[in-house]
Amino acid sequence: MENILAQAKQAAEEAEVFMISSEETPVHFEANRLKHIQSKQSTTVALRIVRQGRIGYATTTDLGNCQSLVNNAVETAHFGMPAKFELPSQTSYPQIEAFDPNVESTPVEGMIKLGEELIATIRGHTPDIVCEAEVSKMVASVHIINSRGGQATYPKSIFSLSIEGSLIRDTDMLFVGESESSCHPLTESKGVAEVVLQQLELAKDQASVPSQPLPVIFTPRGVASALMPPLMTAFNGKTVLEGASPVGNKLGEQVFDKKLWLWDDPTIHFRPSSRPCDDEGVTSQRTPLIEEGAVAHFLYDLQTAALAHTQSTGNGSRNRGGLPSPSPSAFIIAPGNTTFDGMVQDMKEGLVIEYLMGAEQGNILGGDFSGNVLLGYKVKSGKIVGRVKDTMVSGNVYQVLKQITAIGSDAKWVGGFLKTPHLYCPSLSAASKG
Amino acid sequence: MPPIEATGHQLAEALNGYSADYMEARLEESQASYIIYRGREPESIGRTTTIGGNVRALVRGGWGFASFNNLNDLPGRVEVAVKQAQFASNKESKLAAVEPAVDIISTKIDKNPVAMPLAEKKQLLDEYNDIIWRTPKLQTSIIGYGDSHKKVIFANSSGSYIEQERADITLRLSAIAAENNEVQQVTLSLGSSGDFSLIQGLHQQVEQMARQAVELLSAPQVKGGEYTVVLDPVLAGVFVHEAFGHLSEADFVYENDRLREIMTLGKKFGSSELNIVDSAAVAGLRGSYKYDDEGVPATKTYLIREGKLVGRLHSRETAAKMNERPTGNARAVSYRYPPIVRMTNTYIEPRSASFEEIIGDIEEGIYAKNWYGGTTSMEMFTFSAGEAYMIRHGKLAEMLRPVVLTGNVFTTLKNIDAIGNDLEMNQGGGCGKGGQVPLPVSNGSPHIRIRHCLVGGK
Repeated sequence: MENILAQAKQAAEEAEVFMISSEETPVHFEANRLKHIQSKQSTTVALRIVRQGRIGYATTTDLGNCQSLVNNAVETAHFGMPAKFELPSQTSYPQIEAFDPNVESTPVEGMIKLGEELIATIRGHTPDIVCEAEVSKMVASVHIINSRGGQATYPKSIFSLSIEGSLIRDTDMLFVGESESSCHPLTESKGVAEVVLQQLELAKDQASVPSQPLPVIFTPRGVASALMPPLMTAFNGKTVLEGASPVGNKLGEQVFDKKLWLWDDPTIHFRPSSRPCDDEGVTSQRTPLIEEGAVAHFLYDLQTAALAHTQSTGNGSRNRGGLPSPSPSAFIIAPGNTTFDGMVQDMKEGLVIEYLMGAEQGNILGGDFSGNVLLGYKVKSGKIVGRVKDTMVSGNVYQVLKQITAIGSDAKWVGGFLKTPHLYCPSLSAASKG
Repeated sequence: MPPIEATGHQLAEALNGYSADYMEARLEESQASYIIYRGREPESIGRTTTIGGNVRALVRGGWGFASFNNLNDLPGRVEVAVKQAQFASNKESKLAAVEPAVDIISTKIDKNPVAMPLAEKKQLLDEYNDIIWRTPKLQTSIIGYGDSHKKVIFANSSGSYIEQERADITLRLSAIAAENNEVQQVTLSLGSSGDFSLIQGLHQQVEQMARQAVELLSAPQVKGGEYTVVLDPVLAGVFVHEAFGHLSEADFVYENDRLREIMTLGKKFGSSELNIVDSAAVAGLRGSYKYDDEGVPATKTYLIREGKLVGRLHSRETAAKMNERPTGNARAVSYRYPPIVRMTNTYIEPRSASFEEIIGDIEEGIYAKNWYGGTTSMEMFTFSAGEAYMIRHGKLAEMLRPVVLTGNVFTTLKNIDAIGNDLEMNQGGGCGKGGQVPLPVSNGSPHIRIRHCLVGGK
């Protein structure tokens, strides 16, 4: 790495080398049986330079050829954006734990057992279900050095367990699923199994809803699939800078229901989304986004922050190996004080949405979402009476979250990137077939 | 850069001498470049070089797979793959027999797009971006251009040794219009198997796209419900890919008895007009190749012929387990992944109806155009149109906000009651499955008409 930095410094005013190495072992089950075990070793080096005031960028997996990496970065710098930022010269960071050596040492046999146990529990409840499951362990190390003397390095471990079950009767298909992840090894499958079993119980009978506006309870997975994509885009500093965010010019204004609080937090110990610094070496921080329904802040990386005349929030992320760009680490919605059962009991006729398929395909920038209720239940007179099918809902996230009937008392992690309670909204347009 | 040919032979040799039922290795060397605009100026320009490989082993029905960037310890990586396979083994291995092949295939393109100077590519994108920005009420633009060129060496324990070169280009242009807190966007997705000239000269299309984004600001939203819907070739292509194509991938079916029942060959799925094909053997499209990532030659496979299910897409394993012929559809997005059953170029074959005939007798319906996205869960699908119009009294009427269509695959296929004469292939798609995304594919269709299609709306 030092080598690359030294060579880059000869061709450019500023340079930064980012390296991530990882070893990942996914154990995969298909059709209820162990199917394959993989081992993935990966090393990527990214070089960002500032040359004649412009940003150049190149990546490689070939550590033996530094010169071509530098040459590629130099070529791109002819056309790159003018660099407005200053690389951090920091060398020490707060202690944020995201590594447990026990992940690496977890034997494959134990992972196989965990997956088998999970599938057995679910098939014990519903024998003809077909499950696909994955138990995976990953350890990675991240190194960043730059021409201003900045230096960051940290290890990371992630252990995850996920399952998807499909139950087919004639041409009717039911899909259930759940996942869990941690920086510690997971030693039992009970939590995941309980969620799936509950889904299977609630979906036993079928029910239909009328085509009309209905009150809706979004479960944590429902919130993730229906409401998060537009919000993650709207609070991205880059969307704001471009003038394309509907909340971009509403800083301090109350846009959402007063009960709603949302923040981004990469500093929680042992969460897979946590790290001491972002991919540019900027210290991780908790960033408030919605406070009492009012727009509080947006997420920034170094360059976007400089263009917007503000500070980086430590959200520079190299998704898919590209240049750093603002990206959420983990969105967290504050819990309220209503239980899920309480919400259901309050409903005369309505919907519970567990998973909305295709919601992210609509006009995300405008906040519109529309999708098929892949897993959801009908509520009648305060009780869940069965699973709905062939049902589509559509709405606008800004209208839906402007008036929230109640927020759940129990927040849950979904997919490692969101912690949210249930959200109960007064009305959403539903269209149903048959 | 070390010549990967030498490493390829080392890796092929390292496969010998293990007690596995089957072994294979891939080695990949690739270069890529990309230019991304958000707004007036390029926001991100980069070049990427990659060298990596993998080894896959099959032991009594269990697969082990080891991928790596570090080429220093090839025998060690082979050993890991075999060990993992032994852990996963539980019954007998089944693989359809395939003749070993030794072959070298180079790309048919005149010029490698990755090797072109960035300045030349940027010039074209600047022209397109200028057109978007000249449109009044336009808020911003997003342009994503990417190209890649790779050489893949495949070797297996039955003696195959194949070197294949592939090139790929994608271009996605979005125009975003805004007024009074309303934001609307229209997107154009294009691609080619490495031929840069196919994304040149689109100035008129880009201008139209930008104007449309502005028009959408004042377009009404459709009332949700059931409609007769006419799909243009682009959207119908997405429909055939999402709604039916994924169900034809044998890895969804082969170990699932109930799905096997639903997908029994010979079963009627649509009218006798309906033919659906997947073919990597058509030359020059983004999903085209000579050999798949298991070294199996590409084929043209009829999935539906005259309304009846007649075939499905296979890897060597799924073909053996279902006693059907391998189709050469095992593909991996890169060396980091094992090959899985994927589509290639998927399309509905054209029939005789003209567009006027298709919409002529629709009293009230929707004409849905252009691709925005699509996803499926076997039985149910949703796909969204980038553009939509009402059809009234057999004629195109007012423009609508983008619509999302959803339905049950089986009933929707039966509800296709007219197929046009104007097949077009769309090269802008990238398919995702099992975490492997985006895989170059193309989809196509003529205009089609679907009765009783559920449309989301107010």
